[in-house]
Amino acid sequence: MGAGTVIIGTGQAGFQTAASLREQGYQEPITLIGEEPHIPYQRPPLSKGFQLGEQDFESFELRPEKFYQDHRIELIRGKRAAAIARAAKQVTLASGEQIPYEKLVLAVGARNRLLPVRGAELDGVLYLRTHDEALALKERLASAREIVVIGGGFIGLEVASVARTMGKRVTVLEALPRLMSRAVAPVVSEIYERLHTSKRVKVVCGAAVSEIPGASGRAHRVLLADGAAFRADLALVGIGVVPNVELAREAGLRVSNGIAVNEFLQTEDPCIFAIGDCAEHPCVFAGSRVRLESVQNTAEQAQCVAATIAGRQNPYRALPWFWTDQYDVKLQMAGISQGHDQIVMRGKPESLKFSVFYFREGLLAAIDSINRPVDHMMGRRLIAAGIPVSPEEAADESVDLKLLAHKGTQNGVHPPA
Amino acid sequence: MPKVIYVSAKGEAREIEVPVGTTVMAAALKNGIDGIVAECGGVCMCSTCHVFVDENFFRLLPPAQDTEEAVLEIAAVERQPTSRLSCQIKMTEALDGLLVRLPEKQR
Repeated sequence: MGAGTVIIGTGQAGFQTAASLREQGYQEPITLIGEEPHIPYQRPPLSKGFQLGEQDFESFELRPEKFYQDHRIELIRGKRAAAIARAAKQVTLASGEQIPYEKLVLAVGARNRLLPVRGAELDGVLYLRTHDEALALKERLASAREIVVIGGGFIGLEVASVARTMGKRVTVLEALPRLMSRAVAPVVSEIYERLHTSKRVKVVCGAAVSEIPGASGRAHRVLLADGAAFRADLALVGIGVVPNVELAREAGLRVSNGIAVNEFLQTEDPCIFAIGDCAEHPCVFAGSRVRLESVQNTAEQAQCVAATIAGRQNPYRALPWFWTDQYDVKLQMAGISQGHDQIVMRGKPESLKFSVFYFREGLLAAIDSINRPVDHMMGRRLIAAGIPVSPEEAADESVDLKLLAHKGTQNGVHPPA
Repeated sequence: MPKVIYVSAKGEAREIEVPVGTTVMAAALKNGIDGIVAECGGVCMCSTCHVFVDENFFRLLPPAQDTEEAVLEIAAVERQPTSRLSCQIKMTEALDGLLVRLPEKQR
């Protein structure tokens, strides 16, 4: 038996690669190495059900500990990979151990982007990505009264909705002119600003945070460049992530906005792959190279890479999708709206039950659905299969998307090449 | 404790005790039932915990919400009249003996 596959990273990407390898009948050794002390777990509940006490940690472990033994997956926790020796095909851990590989999968994820202002290091300034950070936030939320969320993206807004549901005073500070602006159209941002405002969250867009003043080491306020001040006994920073590219870069692999991989999720070293939040891949649905941070991207890239390693090479072609839960409103996104040149709506935004259809050069590129799960699911089929939908059909509620999706599938339309 | 019987696509049955309030999906993962993937973690975003519920039990279940109905439409194995997402089935005493068949594939 050879050295088998070594996977660095115990997030969902790493876990799924190991699990899918065994599902595919791969018989060689599998080693899964991660820095966190916990067995692999899901991250989405950390900003949602876990904070509200609806879910405990055990309920979102991806699999129980026994799974790894049963499937002959060697799980090494609490260890950091320090270097990759490509010629020797070895990973060196910070603890000094050397682990040989035949195939190496970098599922190293991303880390929180840190807030670059004075006072950001004070007690009471929290981030949210890992289990331990989620636990710290949960403990602090219990006693905090005034919460300032820095960053009006998905994480920030989910925490805002949780904190507001718990009856806290909540302010959201977003640097850009609108909420979730990198991901959704202005109409969706507007609806979400209205939603949070209606729940008595104070939303400030165009807010340039300049300092977090404190006393005795504890954060007390958040200051903006224009002089505005917000009282805070807890500040949650959710201003995005930085992909962990250093290990790859130091090994001489190409790095851009992520570890660069081809359509097989392979770096220029054919023995090394990169997947999930850390990887930038060519995406047929975006028409460009993208780096995505989502469960869908992570799980399906892991399956794709596992198939390739197990001997059934396939290009990665999965349709991106995403969701966010805020209060009782579900936003579901299918496809990549980036670069769209036309938007049509199905349903009325004021009703909090509508979808935005994004078109690029006349083709349906993406759909954002608010409380319209049928639009989302059928949209996934339509976009993935490249079934033609006109803006007129998309906007016309009498056109049954389900019928369109079924008809299109029967006609044998093929996804974009 | 009420029991759930999982029958694999190959016809192998396994009986698992499931605490009241736990979902049929979560119990499957915890007990190493292959054939339930649960990629999205149980929030009705994927269809990888699809099951066919035995008819006698199907009528005991609360009806599926719109979201679940929509997800069943994209299941890897085409839905049948008694298809459900196992993440949406919470165990109760009345469901003791619940029999679910697993599809051949989940994605």
